[in-house]
Amino acid sequence: MPRKMFRKIFLVALCFVVCGALHAQTGSDKQAGLGRPASAEEVKQRDVTTLPNGAGLPDGKGTAAQGETVYRDKCAACHGPNGEGSPQGTQLVGGVGSLASDNPVRTVGSYWPYATSVWDYIHRAMPLNQPGSLSADDTYAVTAFLLNRNKIIEASEVMDKESLPKVRMPNRDGFIPDARPDVGKGSLSTGNGKNKKSQAR
Amino acid sequence: MGAAIFRKQLGFNKALCSASTTAIRYALRVGYDTRMESQPGVQPMKDKSIDPAKDNHSRTDSRGRRRFLAATTAAMAATVAGGLTDLWGDEGREPGSPLRPYGERSPFEKVARRNSRSGQMSGTGSSLTPLESLYGIITPSALHYERHHSGVPIIDPEKHELLLHGLVEKPLVFKMEEIKRFPSVSHIYFLECSGSGAGEYQGEPAPTPQQTAGLFSCSEWTGVPLSALLREAGVKPSAKWVLAEGGDASRNARSIPLEKAMDDVIVAYGQNGEAVRPEQGYPIRLIVPGWEGNINTKWLQRLHVLDQPSMTRDEAADYDDLLANGKSYRFSFVMEAKSIVTRPAGGQHLAGPGVYEITGLAWSGRARVATVEVSTDGGKNWRKAELQQPVLKNAAVRFRMPWNWDGNEAVIGSRCTDESGYVQPTHEQLVAARGTHARFHYNGIKWWRLQKSGELTNA
Repeated sequence: MPRKMFRKIFLVALCFVVCGALHAQTGSDKQAGLGRPASAEEVKQRDVTTLPNGAGLPDGKGTAAQGETVYRDKCAACHGPNGEGSPQGTQLVGGVGSLASDNPVRTVGSYWPYATSVWDYIHRAMPLNQPGSLSADDTYAVTAFLLNRNKIIEASEVMDKESLPKVRMPNRDGFIPDARPDVGKGSLSTGNGKNKKSQAR
Repeated sequence: MGAAIFRKQLGFNKALCSASTTAIRYALRVGYDTRMESQPGVQPMKDKSIDPAKDNHSRTDSRGRRRFLAATTAAMAATVAGGLTDLWGDEGREPGSPLRPYGERSPFEKVARRNSRSGQMSGTGSSLTPLESLYGIITPSALHYERHHSGVPIIDPEKHELLLHGLVEKPLVFKMEEIKRFPSVSHIYFLECSGSGAGEYQGEPAPTPQQTAGLFSCSEWTGVPLSALLREAGVKPSAKWVLAEGGDASRNARSIPLEKAMDDVIVAYGQNGEAVRPEQGYPIRLIVPGWEGNINTKWLQRLHVLDQPSMTRDEAADYDDLLANGKSYRFSFVMEAKSIVTRPAGGQHLAGPGVYEITGLAWSGRARVATVEVSTDGGKNWRKAELQQPVLKNAAVRFRMPWNWDGNEAVIGSRCTDESGYVQPTHEQLVAARGTHARFHYNGIKWWRLQKSGELTNA
């Protein structure tokens, strides 16, 4: 019996030693040493992120008047001469105040909560047939044009990395945190209560 | 086309046997000839359907490939036609088609994705998985639903790099080869576009499972946990979000809470045992288990660690559910419990009374599927269906229930409950909670009406 016990203790001890060794080899340092350091320059070159506070917006500027030309050349074919939309492109102008109605119209003016998101999306993804082809100036200008047509800024206002984040969009406070589960038996205690509240508003 | 021609010319008679051999040889020879096309003195076989002279609008290389494909298809069709008579013939049997480096399904199988809507530009839009034609829980990669915002980019994995920067100790650039050196994981996870079934909110039910719920697929994904890459770079204490950006033309981007990024998100390079398909993000994509498809960034090229969400269009002003009161839910990430009967279902036809299997798929992005119930009387009575094992969290779950149809009208549907206690709601409950202007995250019970004639339609 004692011999068997010693063997057991020995085996358990061995386990600890082996596990410890393995841990030292792979687990103690969580880093694998893979990947090369990214230089500040290449980060700057590839980073196109913008934030609602304006961080990440590049130099450059534009007004609605300048934007009108860019819009006519690059955007109007799909989004209509005045942002009214077409089967090829969504409506960009109008609809302010319609969201709680029977016929809500979601546009840049009526729905988008941040002006920087408008700039970011145009810069990333528009025009659809040639994303990335607009300069920073053109992007500021087209953004200014859309904001102006939505009666959010004046035609003379210059949009740049300082002024754009200060623009307050009409639907800025139109979003509430995801309240789901808002239906389903599992949500009876919380979800339905939340739901009643949100409907009462 | 080849099969049609052969059948027309030869019919299904005994002569088919030897004729099909000639057809195979002919087709294969044409195939080989295309490979020799560029060699001087070698004349490709002349064939009306693949005459290079009529193909002058295309480049030589694509022409060669097309002809090779046509030849291969013809050979397969010939084999099929030959096989049909040979199986029980008494004049000897023809050997089947030769070995192939990359497999193809039977030419009899025509199951396909279909476009849900045409995008404004070629390559944008979405295509739907034919759920009613599939078995088990895995979606074949070739039938996985698609949703592209700016087409499918062609990315050379040798040149592809993933930049990880922002609130990290050391910004890093990973090559594909390095990503694959990290300890890998494989998991079966579903993906569902949050727009799946969106028309149902507005009372515009789609007529088939594919059309109402086909923005749903399930694959085994292999890759490296995102947490491993983040740890490699060293996440700073102020970090709270990670922006993931794709390498498509529109640089589609979404912000993910750091907590989720460190939990179960995968940077995936494998799908169902092979490389992720180009339509699914080749060479790498994010898999964010249980969360809406849009956040599972494809063609991943950049990860930006931030202290706040970037508020890209898709998260700030698109994939948000507009409620009747004019407010919208923000950051509706989880895809809630949902199920759908895929057979018998709309667009199908039952031959007559008798035994059928009621089967379908269930899933939940919040917790593991606990039960799936099936009703054949519009929800008056429910019976528990059998669940295919194992039932995995954030994976599709196949449910089955044998059923003896008595020939009377029936209304068939399913209801999923997950381990959080959440029960898949009815259409009416969803509309009561969210109104009819929401466009995403629809998970209502779907009913199919079976007529006495055996026809199945929307209930």
